[in-house]
Amino acid sequence: MPTYLPLQKYQNIQEAFMKNISVLIGGKAGDGINSAGALVAQLLNHIGYHIYLYFDYPSLIRGGHNFAIIRGSDESIGTCWKTLDFLLALNSETVEKHRDKCTNETAIISNADQVKSAGQGIPVKAVLAGVNAPAIMGNSAIIGGFAKTAGIEWNVVEDVFKRHIPKGVDLNLKVAKAAYDQLETVHPVSRGVKPPYPLLTGNEAIGLGMVNGGLDAYVSYPMTPSSSLLHFLAEEKEKLGITVVHPESEIAVILMALGFAYTGKRSAVGTSGGGFCLMTESLSLAGMAEIPLTLLVSQRTGPSTGLPTYTGQSDLHFVLNAGQGEYPRLIVAPGDALEALYWSEVAMNMAWKFQIPAFILSDKTLSEGTYSVDPAAISEPGSGDSPRWTGAVPYLRYADVPGGVSPLAFPGMKDAVVRANSYAHDETGITTEDASTVARMTDKRLRKGGMLADEMRGYPGVNVSGIPGSSTALFCWGSTKGVCNEIAALLGLRVVRPVVLSPFPVDQLKEALTGVRKLISVEENATAQLAALAERYGIIADEKILRYDGRPFLPDDLLVRVKEMVV
Amino acid sequence: MTGRQIITDTQNTWCPGCGNFSIQHTLKNILTEIEQSGKSLDDVVLVTGIGCHAKIADYLNINTFYSIHGRTLPVATAIKLGNPHLTVICCSGDGDSYAEGLDHLIFAAKRNIDITLIIHNNRVYGLTTGQYTPTSPLGFKGKSTPSGTAEYPFNPVELMLASGATYVARGYTKNMELLKNLIKEGMAHKGFAFIDVLQICATFFPVADYYTPRVYELTDHDRSSFEAACIKAREWDYSRDSRIALGTFFQRSLPCFDDTMAVKGMEQKDRRQAVRDLLLTRS
Repeated sequence: MPTYLPLQKYQNIQEAFMKNISVLIGGKAGDGINSAGALVAQLLNHIGYHIYLYFDYPSLIRGGHNFAIIRGSDESIGTCWKTLDFLLALNSETVEKHRDKCTNETAIISNADQVKSAGQGIPVKAVLAGVNAPAIMGNSAIIGGFAKTAGIEWNVVEDVFKRHIPKGVDLNLKVAKAAYDQLETVHPVSRGVKPPYPLLTGNEAIGLGMVNGGLDAYVSYPMTPSSSLLHFLAEEKEKLGITVVHPESEIAVILMALGFAYTGKRSAVGTSGGGFCLMTESLSLAGMAEIPLTLLVSQRTGPSTGLPTYTGQSDLHFVLNAGQGEYPRLIVAPGDALEALYWSEVAMNMAWKFQIPAFILSDKTLSEGTYSVDPAAISEPGSGDSPRWTGAVPYLRYADVPGGVSPLAFPGMKDAVVRANSYAHDETGITTEDASTVARMTDKRLRKGGMLADEMRGYPGVNVSGIPGSSTALFCWGSTKGVCNEIAALLGLRVVRPVVLSPFPVDQLKEALTGVRKLISVEENATAQLAALAERYGIIADEKILRYDGRPFLPDDLLVRVKEMVV
Repeated sequence: MTGRQIITDTQNTWCPGCGNFSIQHTLKNILTEIEQSGKSLDDVVLVTGIGCHAKIADYLNINTFYSIHGRTLPVATAIKLGNPHLTVICCSGDGDSYAEGLDHLIFAAKRNIDITLIIHNNRVYGLTTGQYTPTSPLGFKGKSTPSGTAEYPFNPVELMLASGATYVARGYTKNMELLKNLIKEGMAHKGFAFIDVLQICATFFPVADYYTPRVYELTDHDRSSFEAACIKAREWDYSRDSRIALGTFFQRSLPCFDDTMAVKGMEQKDRRQAVRDLLLTRS
């Protein structure tokens, strides 16, 4: 007998797929694939599906091939299978590149001006001319054609367009309707039962979690895949009551965040590996000066410039160890948008509760993927802050208190002389080289690490999913949550996924691994960084499945690789 | 706090004859005047880099942010953005702001953030014991350039004019009355105030005998004229022998970064509601 069994829930993979729908839309860079994909996602959202959208694009502005895969499911998801139900081709390259994902069942809807004899063609130019619409509205014709092909009622298209097209909705609807009326319903999709949920990218969820955690100021320099958070918060800053600054470099970014925090404003920064390299000098300053700071580090394929628009999980050890000297830090790696909302708020709160750097470690897959977020599932982690100065003079910014967390005061408070200092310093914040003071203040800072570890035991730092009783477990972190969960469900495996990576939740992890005889690490890096981290605590991965070509694991491929190990 | 002791009890470790004493004394007098005028020193913040200049953070009994080398201005900028009621002074060295943190200097000027920057320009690295800086004269023999530098200094006054600073001045630690006036003017100026202070390094570059006969105060100078400022700024290029103008080269009024960037804050419960409202628009 193999150690894996098809799941209780489905008899086989085919049945599982009956509750799934997969749509790929592709075209040239500059064709607006991402926004067209977002509209397709909303159509599926409005007929009752959970959504995951994966957006794939090269690092250029015009001309390369862009595509988005939108998957709807009856369950919460975070990955896309290879096989397509619908292929929406804005050009013939899309058909050629994705032919391997098509079956006889796949419905192809194409721009007939660009693609000859592939599925149902829409004469986009003629459709636009018929209603006097500009070329920029061409994608609405494709989306209208898709809706008809899939049997999505016209009123759903109207609703979605009215809610999600900011300008020219009436004309876009005319374009969509013209195409809708030309096509046949060849691949009707069943309707789900759930109401539409908010769709958020991982970065948007991280930003909203930060705001829920009291964000006053977001500072960032553009770097894929963190930039969309900068764009989102800059766009929404008035509504959310936050300051957003884009300064000259990542060096200035982190220094500004520290300046804001010194005045009592909760601040955060966002970057990717290369930008974070520039920040490490001031990360250490935050550690020494005990200034609260929240950082989004969204990983892409490295080293160096690497693949700017593709994913990876190769910066875990860098973030764990960045910056000279020894000081505590929090690192959380949420697995999807819902978790990103929750853990980003936790990160903000812990940064302020312990006056430490708190990292949200993401990657391209999470940051730029779009997820359904069930409003009823959003939980608030509770607040976290440092005690405030009581007014006793002189103010001791670095008072050596039992837990190590000195009460905070801010400049402008009456009679407080507030000193932040990058040098070794005494309790008032004045520079010292006195040996015993240096050692005592080091102990004080490290005590906060112990307090943080105690605090984090109260949070769900290790996630167990799949079949909790299985003796074979996939061991993963971050955005591979979605793909690992599906493979585990199909093969009857347990998934053990630490969300908190520093302080390492060794007790929670050991408990989660109780009864596991075979531990398979699944990571998007070449050296199994989580497995290496766990090994320090005596937790050994028996097998390693690694991918490091910039692409996220596809369930199809991971299924094959895991099967090889569990048979 | 009123009637505060403005100098801390911390042991002062500047060399005898160091120009930093003059800058500290000047700031002490200005802070005393601020307090005497009825304003609170609780609203004053000093940001420093790393170097001999930066020890002033330990010596002045006010709010201080003792940052790292070259990294004063972004901190000071965000302090002003975070709390616009604060008066923010930045003390920085020539190694600090002209070498390691040059980009921050140019951007602070470009943004016209309402802070005052005092450069303790002794034209040598003191704390690291005598290497050339961006304003050392051509041929300067330091520990890293024993046969003399092979590069010209740049002219920080000209650089700041080109970068859009709205108050540009030069002082000298041996003319303390002028120095005090310049720093007071800089603090009163709404916008980015840049004051390059020729500061004597008693140990590694003791050039008072060179400066004193050459310096003169700008008179009959139209500080509102950018062209006049450029001509005066170019008179001495920090390398070749020339008269050295002291005083205010340029001043003009432009919108400040802190005013333009101001966003109305929000109660946390209102922010949470804003997040919920935003989520609703995404379904």
